Amino acid sequence: MTARRGSVRREVRIEAAADDVWAVVGAAGRLAEWFPGIVACSVEGDLRTVTTASGLTLPERILTCDRLQRRFQYRITAPFFVEHTSTIDVLDLGDGSCLAAYSVDAEPSVMALVIGGAGGNALANLKRLVEGAP
Amino acid sequence: MGRKILLVTTDQQRYDTLGCNGGELARTPVVDGLAERGVRYERAHSQSVVCMPSRSTILTGQHPSTHGVWMNGVALPEDAPSVASVLREAGYRTALVGKAHFQPFLDPFLRFTENALAGPPGGPPRGATGGPGWTAHRGFEHLESAAHGAAGPLHYARWLASEHPEAVGMYYPVLDGALQVNSAGDGDTGAPQVHVNPIPRDWYHTDWVADRTIAWLDSLPVEADWFCWMSFPDPHHPWDPPQSEVGRIDWRDVPLPAGYPETAADRERIIDGKPRHWRLWYDGSLVSNYEAPAEWVPATLTPDQLREVTARNAVECELIDEALGRVLRRVEERGWGEDTDVLFTTDHGELGGDFGLMFKGPYHVDGLMRLPLVWRPAASAGAAPAVVHAPVGLVDLAPTLCAVAGVQAPDWMQGQALPLGDADAAERGFERVLTEWDSELFGVDVHLRTITRGGYVCTVYLPGSVHDGTEGELYDLAEDPLQQVNRFEDPALRPLRDDLVDDLLAHSPPVRRPRLELEAPV
Repeated sequence: MTARRGSVRREVRIEAAADDVWAVVGAAGRLAEWFPGIVACSVEGDLRTVTTASGLTLPERILTCDRLQRRFQYRITAPFFVEHTSTIDVLDLGDGSCLAAYSVDAEPSVMALVIGGAGGNALANLKRLVEGAP
Repeated sequence: MGRKILLVTTDQQRYDTLGCNGGELARTPVVDGLAERGVRYERAHSQSVVCMPSRSTILTGQHPSTHGVWMNGVALPEDAPSVASVLREAGYRTALVGKAHFQPFLDPFLRFTENALAGPPGGPPRGATGGPGWTAHRGFEHLESAAHGAAGPLHYARWLASEHPEAVGMYYPVLDGALQVNSAGDGDTGAPQVHVNPIPRDWYHTDWVADRTIAWLDSLPVEADWFCWMSFPDPHHPWDPPQSEVGRIDWRDVPLPAGYPETAADRERIIDGKPRHWRLWYDGSLVSNYEAPAEWVPATLTPDQLREVTARNAVECELIDEALGRVLRRVEERGWGEDTDVLFTTDHGELGGDFGLMFKGPYHVDGLMRLPLVWRPAASAGAAPAVVHAPVGLVDLAPTLCAVAGVQAPDWMQGQALPLGDADAAERGFERVLTEWDSELFGVDVHLRTITRGGYVCTVYLPGSVHDGTEGELYDLAEDPLQQVNRFEDPALRPLRDDLVDDLLAHSPPVRRPRLELEAPV
């Protein structure tokens, strides 16, 4: 049998200060700027609602937005998920660059890969956005 | 005017499902006729036994290690080399109609181009050219896509939802509520992925692919040179052909496949001679990949379930053959019959009951690796009918298409144009064919490298979560065509084994760096 719960992590090194990357990641309402496939995003308190390019609306609850640790965590609360937590960490590497990591735990397990795969793609886009590369 | 090219692929079709390859169940007179007038390949292998890596090999002419699509769910970069681009640059009109699958299907963010081509969700499908500013995608100026049913954002699903919304719910739900490959079945025997589909035949995806191919051909001026990849989603599971056609073959009359050991003791003895992930999957204690139903335990497969699956699979093969016949008639009517090359193959096989297993996975045996492959060169080329016994691969298709078009195959292609006979094969060094497998899914990784040469198949296992890297498989295809006796540890064959492994390593293709990320399950 396959695991019901899945855990996936993607990361990217970004040639920019951790605080500059956190300025994007930590702003919950800016998600559509750097996450390909999310076309709309609204925040009300700790509730965030995103709309994907396929027309899917996903309600989320923001769990952590910690400027000191540079950690953002959210939970997709759509009933399809038995469990979900995504964590985005921005780690200062001490040389003017940082490591951004997108970690997803979900049941059903397939969704960990679907969200994590898209999260990895989003990190690559974040890197381009912050580094100013084409 | 040059030669026109119709590349016909199916999905997950076994070698032995064609009459010309000895199949006795499905009637395939159209492909059999192509084989009679053309070249039939007895030992054609895929370079991967799952869809995305294999289809990427067809398009790029490269092994999976090189194009980088190392498992399903890894997207082929949009700037990857493409034989369609080469032909288009040479002046060919180009189209792909049917299943593409160079990018993952499971895409709720709609971030992959191939899933977005049919336009925004909710309306009828946009024109197959992709909208304003469109030039081509991977060299295809025209792309109309389909998959295995009515779900998703592809052209066929959107067409069905728009034109025949009452039919959308008729198809089998390929995935279950947890988005795993569905284990349920509602046929006579409870076999997984078997479904009673009341859809009228004209609306089924096989006929839709043929209809849309004909429509594209009809749009071309008669003087055009064209390359069309017509890609049928069947006979890949689910086995849900239109119910009106199921009566062609009564599953109760279907003999069990030769590769199916009829007693559990025989099945387990054979599987226990192979590396341990075989038995682990058979018993339902390990699912190493996403391509088979996660909740299905192969050991529970009954002979009647296998008969029912085999019968429905054969019906799907017949529908494809008939659809191809319609397209070929249209080609004749347009006056292109003498100048059209037709190539018929598939992306990989299906276990089909061999060893008591179905579906696919990291199992490099004939059921999955050995493909139907027929090339009927244009009559104007003057090639003689032949049967080729030398090993060839899907990696050889792209250079073949270039040769037909009179274009030099680019250096990035790793195969060579298919031989037209055994003498031609010997002269040009068709000695071996390679197949590879890599998968990593939720902590389980499996890696195989296989060489088929001189009547032997030899597979080595790289270290992973199930294997320590010392395991292997070695089969003598003449003495043991069903690959039931693993002779990897046979001292008498040790020199041969060493030679095959050395040859495998010496001919291993370059590896793409950095490695592409897994982006979705499939």
